[in-house]
Order: sequence, then structure tokens, then C-alpha cells
Amino acid sequence: MVVSREEILHIAKLADLNIKDEEIDEYAKNLQDILNFVDILNSVDTENVEESIGIANNTNVFRKDEIKEFGNRDILLQNAPEQEDGMFKIPKVI
Amino acid sequence: MSREDYEIVIGLEVHSELSTKTKIFCSCPTEFGGEPNTHCCPVCMAMPGTLPVLNEKVVEYAIKAGLATNCEIADISKNDRKNYFYPDLPKAYQISQYDMPLCEHGYVEIEVDGEKKKIGLTRIHIEEDAGKLNHDDYGRGSLVDLNRAGVPLIEIVSEPDLRSSEEVDLYLKKLKSILEYIEVSDCKMQEGSLRADVNVSVRKKGQKEFGTRTEMKNMNSFRSIVRAIDYEAERQIEILEDGGKIDQETLRWDDVSGKTFPMRDKEDAQDYRYFPDPDLVTIRISEEMKENIRKSLPEMPESRKKRYIEEYNLPEYDSNILISSKYFSDLFEGATKVCNNPKAVSNWIMTDIIKELNEKELEPSDIPFTAEQLGNLVVLIDKGTISSSIAKKVLQEMFENPREPQKIIEEKGWVQISDEGAIKEVVLKVLEANPQSIADYKAGKDKALGFLVGQAMKETRGKANPQMLNKMFLEELKK
Ligand SMILES: [Zn+2]
Repeated sequence: MVVSREEILHIAKLADLNIKDEEIDEYAKNLQDILNFVDILNSVDTENVEESIGIANNTNVFRKDEIKEFGNRDILLQNAPEQEDGMFKIPKVI
Repeated sequence: MSREDYEIVIGLEVHSELSTKTKIFCSCPTEFGGEPNTHCCPVCMAMPGTLPVLNEKVVEYAIKAGLATNCEIADISKNDRKNYFYPDLPKAYQISQYDMPLCEHGYVEIEVDGEKKKIGLTRIHIEEDAGKLNHDDYGRGSLVDLNRAGVPLIEIVSEPDLRSSEEVDLYLKKLKSILEYIEVSDCKMQEGSLRADVNVSVRKKGQKEFGTRTEMKNMNSFRSIVRAIDYEAERQIEILEDGGKIDQETLRWDDVSGKTFPMRDKEDAQDYRYFPDPDLVTIRISEEMKENIRKSLPEMPESRKKRYIEEYNLPEYDSNILISSKYFSDLFEGATKVCNNPKAVSNWIMTDIIKELNEKELEPSDIPFTAEQLGNLVVLIDKGTISSSIAKKVLQEMFENPREPQKIIEEKGWVQISDEGAIKEVVLKVLEANPQSIADYKAGKDKALGFLVGQAMKETRGKANPQMLNKMFLEELKK
């Protein structure tokens, strides 16, 4: 599979990234390398390997449904560029 | 061609908030309300370096919902990231489920014009809710409150099996009732704990392929959903009749104007790039776990209905109303246990209680008094302590300021007059004031007796024992 310039622009848009025109080829090459690597992985014989979903071997890591209040809003908000009434203030969203 | 030549096809994605104590991936409380950002922690605020850990109750509740809607429960399931930018979504992705949901291939049965119809469920999966955007007074910015972020939801996706807004209404009511019965969601519409994305398309009758559909997102009132579907179907048919084409788009329903409007342009077509969340591990559901959850399911409405008809001799009509909501059904059973008079309890629910709820625009879950208190009210009537007209006033009080009915009648001095001397006094007084009625009665007009009893009731402000009044009037009139 070949990564096109259009695809790079589309991915950049979805990721909300501004990329310069002259950077497109560079990114296309980088992504192409990743896809090529995946192609190699795809060619590995997995005939006798059990199917898995993630890289972690363990399953069912659960939490009990018990409340623990964090209880410190100031700390949570301390890095907000702007705040008002205990909330993050951001540019107006319509 | 006309309206009748078209068929409407509707599919729903219903989001229901689960009634767990804590959020889906952290230990913050899910309780509604609270000061902004006080039900938050670094995990649900997406601070760097934090890790989600799945709440076991969320899995259990979703499986419960799946079992109660005839779904197959997965052996293996996982969480995926749904990527998009919006300021109410702090991680810039929502943890949801993509290709391996917990439950699949279920159905819910509704009754349309006396016939049962199965509405297929494609899937039920778990996901997290987003936060809330507020706007400051001067409109200069938006304010982000993340109390809701990370509250657990199940999304119930139906097959495109629904054919009218009426069927949608029946389906939603059924779904709500099921979720209430199994106690996985309290389905409070005002608090947005049940909302739906509605997909609508139309096609000519007999046509195999579906028409192009439009979607209306995040609707949280059954009434608006019904109106929106009717409007949207009509709009689509008109376009087709004029030789036009339907655009696949997301619409916003405006309740005030009763119209739909396009929401975002198609260029922005969503591409969520789902992928497995590497922060979370595989969910494996053993047969034993499924069996245990199956065993924990409470008695479902159909079985309760059967019992009401067989054990309590209630008519099917009454039973249907009682099981229409878990809250009615529980109220009925609890009160009947206290007073042992099922028919009376059922009548109170079907008439005065439902009327009161409608007038106050409340839902059955909002009934403020306990089943025991309702049972005690019926006991007071059955013992003759109060008349049924006084009981209606007591019930009003129980809605306003819930407390024991016995206490209410003591406070208000509403105890029924069953003292013979006192009753006789009233009877004589009324007779003296209404000689014409006496004459009428003696002339064979039985209605006159009713009038006299009514007058005596008025005289005692509803407190006289009506049976005794009747008896005593008859005695006096025969003299
Ligand atoms: Zn949290």
C-alpha cells in the first residue's frame, strides 16, 4: 500500500495538525516505513500461535465499584490557562 | 404517489446511563449534580500518565442488560478508542467498544395493535460519557465541567426494524421498563440518563433497499423523538415526491419550531479511527460468570403480569398498567403485602396516583411515598377509619409532604365519623333542611337518597361514614 499526499493531508486534518507543504513528502515516507514494517509482521507464519487481542497477557483487571473522592479541584485546575467558576475556560464553542 | 405509498424505517442508538456508584474507569462518584469539576480526578480529567481501570459493575450491568434483551454474551470482549476532538472530551478519544461488544444479536418484544413484534438488537456495548459545556454570562467563552466525563453508559443499537413513530415510542418505553426492572439504570429523562440517536429513512413500499438515512443525535424526550420522526419522514417523502434526493447527514431537531436542521457539513464526515485501547486488558467472560448474572436477574414484567392475573385475580388491563413500570409494580406488591387488598391498591395506582403524576408531570420513579404508606392508606379505608373521599385528600398530602397516612389524618382531624349519635344528628339536620327531597323519595325517586347523602357529606366535610349515612337515612325515611 502506498501512502498518498491526500492521505497525509486527511490524517493531519483528523489529528488537527498544521503541516507545511514541504513536510508532506517527509511524513509520507515515514508512514510508508511503518506500513512496510506491518507488512513484514503480516507475513510471519502464526499458524500455531493462539489469537490474542492486546499485548498484555492478563485479562479481567477490574476495580470494585467503591467511591474514592479525589477532593481537590484546585489541583486539577491549577494548570488551566484560564478558569472561571471552577471550570476550564476555553474559546467559545457554539 | 402519496404518503401511504411510503414505508418509514427507523433505527435507534439508545444511550443509557448505568446506575453504578462510581465512574467507568476511575473511583469518582457518578451522582448527578454537584459543584463543577468536584466529581473528578486526574484519570477522568485525562491528566498525562494516568491509567483507566474498568469498573467490574459496568461489565456486570451491561451483561445483565444483554441477558434481559435476549442477547448473546461475548466470551471475549475489549475496549477501543473512538478518536475525535471536542472540548467536552478531555482525552480527545472516547473509550468505547468497536468490533467486540459485550452483547450482540438480541431482541425486544413490543405489542403493536395487539400483535407481538420483535425488534432486533444489533449490539449492546459499554462506553464513557463526555463532560458538559457551559457558557459564561457574557458569551465570551465556554466553560468545561467534567463531572459527567467518565460516567458509564451502555449503548443499545437496534436493527432498522421500527416502522413508525408509534413503534419507536413502544420500543423506548419497553426498553426503559426493562432497564428499570433489572436495576441497571434509573432512566431519568430530565437528567439525560436515557437518550437516543435516531436514524430515519423512507422507501417505497415493496422496495428492498433502504433509502438514504438521516440521523438526529442526543434526543432525550420520547415526545420529541416521536415528533421529530414524523416531521423528518414527511420531509423526506416530500423531497422524493418532488424528484429530489435525500442527503445523508446529521440533523438537529428543534423542539420549538418543530423542524430539523442540518448540523455539520458533509466534508467533515466522521472518521473515528477506532483502535484497541492499549491501556486496558481483554475482558473474558466465563460461562460461570454469565450463569451467575443470569441467576441474579429479577422477576421480569411478563412473569409478574401472569402472577397478578392468577394469584390476585386482577384483570389483564390492570396488570398491564401495573407492570408498565417497575415502580408501579413494586409499589403495588409492597402495598398489597401490607393491606392484603390487591384490587384496591391497583385501583389507587391506576386512577389517583397516575392522575397525580400526569398533572405534576412526574414519572413513576418520582412517587415520593413508600409502598408501605400506600398499603396503610388502604388499611385505613378498609377499617372504616376514613372514607374514600378523605383518602383522596390524604393521598394528595402524601404527594406534597410524604408521611404516614395515620399521622396525616390525625394532624388534619380527618378521622371518619362513625359514631351513631353524631351521624344521626347530621341526618336529622339534613332532612329538616330538605323537605322536598323527602317528598321526592317517598314519590319513588330513589335519586333523592343520593342527594341527601351528598348533603350530609358536605355538612361533615367528607368525614361521615357513607355506609352508616345511607343506612340511617333509609331508616329515617321509612318512618
Ligand atoms: Zn475520576
